[in-house]
Amino acid sequence: MSQLMSGAKILLECLGREGVEVIFGYPGGVTLPFYDALYDHPIRHVLVRHEQNAAFAAQGYARSTGRVGVCCATSGPGATNLVTGLVDAMMDSIPIVALTGQVSTKLIGTDAFQEADTFGITRSATKHNYLVKNIKDLPAVIHEAFYIAASGRPGPVLIDVTKDVFMGNAHYEPVNSIHLPGYKVYTEGHTGQIRRAAQMMLEAERPLVYAGGGIVLGNAHDELKELVELIDAPTVCTLMGLGGLSCDHPNFISMPGMHGSYAANMAMSGADLLIALGVRFDDRVTGRLAAFAPHAKIVHVDIDPAEISKNRNADLPIVGDLKRVLPKLSANVKEIQSETGNPERPGLKQWWKQVRDWKEEHPLKPVYSTSEIKPQHLMAEIDRISNGKAIVTTDVGQHQMWAAQLIRYNAPRLWINSGGLGSMGFGLPSAIGAQFANPDQLVFSIVGDGGFQMSLPELATLMNYGLPVKIIVMNNGYLGMVRQWQELFYNNRLCSVTLDSFPDPALLAGAYGFKGRTVEQPSELAEALQEAIQYNGPYLLNVKVTPTENVYPMVPAGGAINEMVLGPVQPAPVA
Amino acid sequence: MLQIISLLMENKAGALMRVTGLLTARGYNIDSLTVARTLDPGLSRMTIAVDIEPHGRRQLIKQMNKLINVLQATDLTEGPAVTREMVLMRVRAAQEARTAILKEAEIFGARVVDSTIEGFALEATGDIEKLDEFINIMQSYGEIEVTRSGAVAVSLEAKKLRLSPPIPRGETVMAEEKNGVV
Repeated sequence: MSQLMSGAKILLECLGREGVEVIFGYPGGVTLPFYDALYDHPIRHVLVRHEQNAAFAAQGYARSTGRVGVCCATSGPGATNLVTGLVDAMMDSIPIVALTGQVSTKLIGTDAFQEADTFGITRSATKHNYLVKNIKDLPAVIHEAFYIAASGRPGPVLIDVTKDVFMGNAHYEPVNSIHLPGYKVYTEGHTGQIRRAAQMMLEAERPLVYAGGGIVLGNAHDELKELVELIDAPTVCTLMGLGGLSCDHPNFISMPGMHGSYAANMAMSGADLLIALGVRFDDRVTGRLAAFAPHAKIVHVDIDPAEISKNRNADLPIVGDLKRVLPKLSANVKEIQSETGNPERPGLKQWWKQVRDWKEEHPLKPVYSTSEIKPQHLMAEIDRISNGKAIVTTDVGQHQMWAAQLIRYNAPRLWINSGGLGSMGFGLPSAIGAQFANPDQLVFSIVGDGGFQMSLPELATLMNYGLPVKIIVMNNGYLGMVRQWQELFYNNRLCSVTLDSFPDPALLAGAYGFKGRTVEQPSELAEALQEAIQYNGPYLLNVKVTPTENVYPMVPAGGAINEMVLGPVQPAPVA
Repeated sequence: MLQIISLLMENKAGALMRVTGLLTARGYNIDSLTVARTLDPGLSRMTIAVDIEPHGRRQLIKQMNKLINVLQATDLTEGPAVTREMVLMRVRAAQEARTAILKEAEIFGARVVDSTIEGFALEATGDIEKLDEFINIMQSYGEIEVTRSGAVAVSLEAKKLRLSPPIPRGETVMAEEKNGVV
């Protein structure tokens, strides 16, 4: 009972089967037939104001829900504008499907109007990509794309569809099975290795759980909590893993790495066993690799075999899905504990004391002033309002680090940032996707005055769709992180980091039809934030903070992570 | 000495680009690359000769195995394998050198595929180093023009090929996946 349908309709039919409810996109010449089919289809389309932001919004949707986000762009410039968003999703393993239009098959290769080699350009920007030149291939390709994006180590998949495929007609037959003989997903983990890992966890005197984005992506937060409590190990969550274990959990230490806490980095350096779960030993975490966790044996669990022993050799690798492997690890731990009678572990007790001491010596705590708003003060206020529950998206830079250090995330998928690629302009569009997926949730988009100005056009999208995102601009008048490096490592020769001419937020937001304001006095901050969250609709709060505040602790590039600079260098006391 | 990577992959547009893209992205130079279909016309066999240190090579092969279109990527450097290459060569030979050239060709098991007043066209197969020697010797007879095929290799071990089974995409399965049942 197949039906004669246009390619555009077949595409929408397949998207519907995949459960797609919203597409973030921007139409154009060759996607006209697709948009025509969309006209009377229940899938919603959110018109962003730039294609890059369509990809970021799809990511915000995917990151906050775990479902595949979908974005759409036309051929040529539409497709090339998506690329940053695709690479960003690739780096952070975010499942999105990008649909792009391509010029008609007979025009490919003729330098036709708005033609670009999208398939070639996005090859290295995606987990997999497709060029569909035959309408018969379309249904299977779409289901393959969604399966590849969401399964295994997730990632972006792009489908480039020629205009003649959109416009052609074919008998549509739902695809009930796809065949990807070369696509291997390892889920279960090796039973013997799991047993040995459990053994190691109970034998270690100074174990440390190093939990990453894989916990969040794999929805393995409950399973992580169980294991952490069983073995009672201190736990650090990476920038991508924040929320994987609640920041209020007694075993949670904080974030490690370049701007990680003293305790987290010292614990990494002192541990005798690192239980690395869904992490990739990123250079921003390890610092100088040769000096990283020098005393630790490594248990590394990851769904991607290519991550094992990539940067740091794994003493005990387990390739599998954390959601499946962690319960098995816990079961093995319990078994061993009941066999051995779970004896006291004096070494572990000592280790906990040490870790707590480190935490007390140099805690991550906000800095306050009575004359100016410290950026840390701003984050502390947002933390107080959020109380571990709000969605927070950020851009990249100083504000991102402070938001990671000082705001608590008590569940996964609350903290949304561009970790691997570090794309400025990510915060606002990703908040659009997150708010769309979570209409009743409080969504803060904390951005710097630099990145915010990269995503300005999306203010219209917020207003257009009534998305009540609270934009908090941490405005220091600088590209703060670059300025910090110029100050510390380039003799304070500040070059092209001053951001003058920031628009008046009340006028700017007002021009789009919502409210904005500037706050400068520490005493006004709490009240201004209250006003922002109580306002019915989007709100732009421009917070003027200490211009030259630096993010600490800091591990200078190429340094070992236990060689942190803990604060501004104090002038030598005069005798 | 060069290392040989052998890949079994789907015979699809773009598959070659995905494999070579992994090499170029890491700044590795490809010494030679051959690709042709297998007994199953839906599949191709690719042989790549490269010079990459062991850690980088292991990493690269893992990445190749992650490619959707690649069924299996193997490092033939570490296991038993036979590698062969073919060379087609035109030798300009002076009258008095013709016999010597033919003798030399015979030693290397090369065949004459064309003979003219100016010289010969020769065809030889062998392992890479053997062909290097052959080419060297022939150069001593005068001007030559050479086209090499690039290495082709076959593993002497039977390696188990694990292919993923078809994935059901019916409404119920997909709904269950969405609800986190699977």
